[in-house]
Amino acid sequence: MNLNLTLIGQLIAFTIFVVFCMKYVWPPISGALADRQKKIVEGLDAADKATRDLESAKSQIEDELKQARTQVTELLEQANKRSAQIVGEAQGKAQLEAEKIIASAQVQIAQDAAQARESLRADVAQLAVAGAEKVLRASVDRAAHKKLLSDLAKEL
Amino acid sequence: MALQNPTPSEYIQHHLTNLTYGYHPENGWSFAHGAKEASEMGFIAIHVDTMAWSVGLGILFCWLFRVGANSAHSGVPTGVLNFVELMVEFVDKSVKETFHGSSNLIAPLALTICCWIFLMNLMDLVPVDLVPYLFMSAGVEYMKIVPTTDVNATLGMSIGVFLLIVFYSIKIKGFGGFVGELTLQPFGKWMIPFNFLLEAVGLIAKPISLALRLFGNLYAGELIFILIALLPFYLQWFLSVPWAIFHILVIVLQAFIFMMLTIVYLSMAHEHH
Repeated sequence: MNLNLTLIGQLIAFTIFVVFCMKYVWPPISGALADRQKKIVEGLDAADKATRDLESAKSQIEDELKQARTQVTELLEQANKRSAQIVGEAQGKAQLEAEKIIASAQVQIAQDAAQARESLRADVAQLAVAGAEKVLRASVDRAAHKKLLSDLAKEL
Repeated sequence: MALQNPTPSEYIQHHLTNLTYGYHPENGWSFAHGAKEASEMGFIAIHVDTMAWSVGLGILFCWLFRVGANSAHSGVPTGVLNFVELMVEFVDKSVKETFHGSSNLIAPLALTICCWIFLMNLMDLVPVDLVPYLFMSAGVEYMKIVPTTDVNATLGMSIGVFLLIVFYSIKIKGFGGFVGELTLQPFGKWMIPFNFLLEAVGLIAKPISLALRLFGNLYAGELIFILIALLPFYLQWFLSVPWAIFHILVIVLQAFIFMMLTIVYLSMAHEHH
């Protein structure tokens, strides 16, 4: 328990260690701690902001979905109307066409009937001539009668 | 003078003697052989073991914390940095709770005190015979490895604190303010000598009590370890283990008390009365 120069030595060593700590240890560490604190605060703020952004994005999505739904309904309605229109138009056209076909068929029929009547008329005249020839063979002047008959056929 | 079969009192005496180098009236500059020669050397002597171990441990502290400071960054801390930051935050909190001024010195000072004293106290847990025995085999007669059981070490630090108290008192209050604080209270200007006596005792008591508290506690703890080491070897663990466990608390507590009182004294030096 002697007091001696160790006292001074310890005082000097103590001073040196404190100065070292003050110059080279404390500032970097407390600086890093302050930086980290700042970073954490910023991180928390960013997280809050992100949550808020997410919320607003969600509501936006909802709005857009609603809009899209109404649009789809409108489109469907339009499409239905259009299809009904198209069907109606097609029906009208078909009706017209059918009427046209029917009309042309009737014309054809009338023509055919006229032709048939013509040929029938010729045939009947021939048959009548042939029949009359057979009946009147002996006494009839063939040339005179032939002229007579052809005149008759023309008149028919 | 390696002791062959020492008596208990010789054994204790041996363990409590520092390795002293100094100027002896008869032998000149030399290592002291025994406590008597050491005390004959007077003030012109140095405890080589105290200085070596305390400076070594101080360098260990500086190195460890410098490693932490070098790797300091604001990301996720790992390893040494984690521990260093833990200590820095603990000290910073203690300082901020007590000291309300702004100072670049007090927090690093408190950190140094806390860690350095803890490391020096920690040497108390090394088995009392181990290191002295090793050194004795190497021819070194005395080796006391706990610097805080040397009153020179604790007084050296507390004088450092004392000088800071005086420095800050004068810096904050001016020389007149400091002198006034010492002489004009508590009884006013008609009782100046009495006031000065009271205040001077109060001022001087600060470093003395700081030094002796730490020294006394560690010295007593060391002494008990030495006494336990005198028991037969098969009984030692029965006492030394509980005492060592209890001592873990003591060494941390003493380091913390020294640090806290330093902060308190320095914050008092910053305050006006």
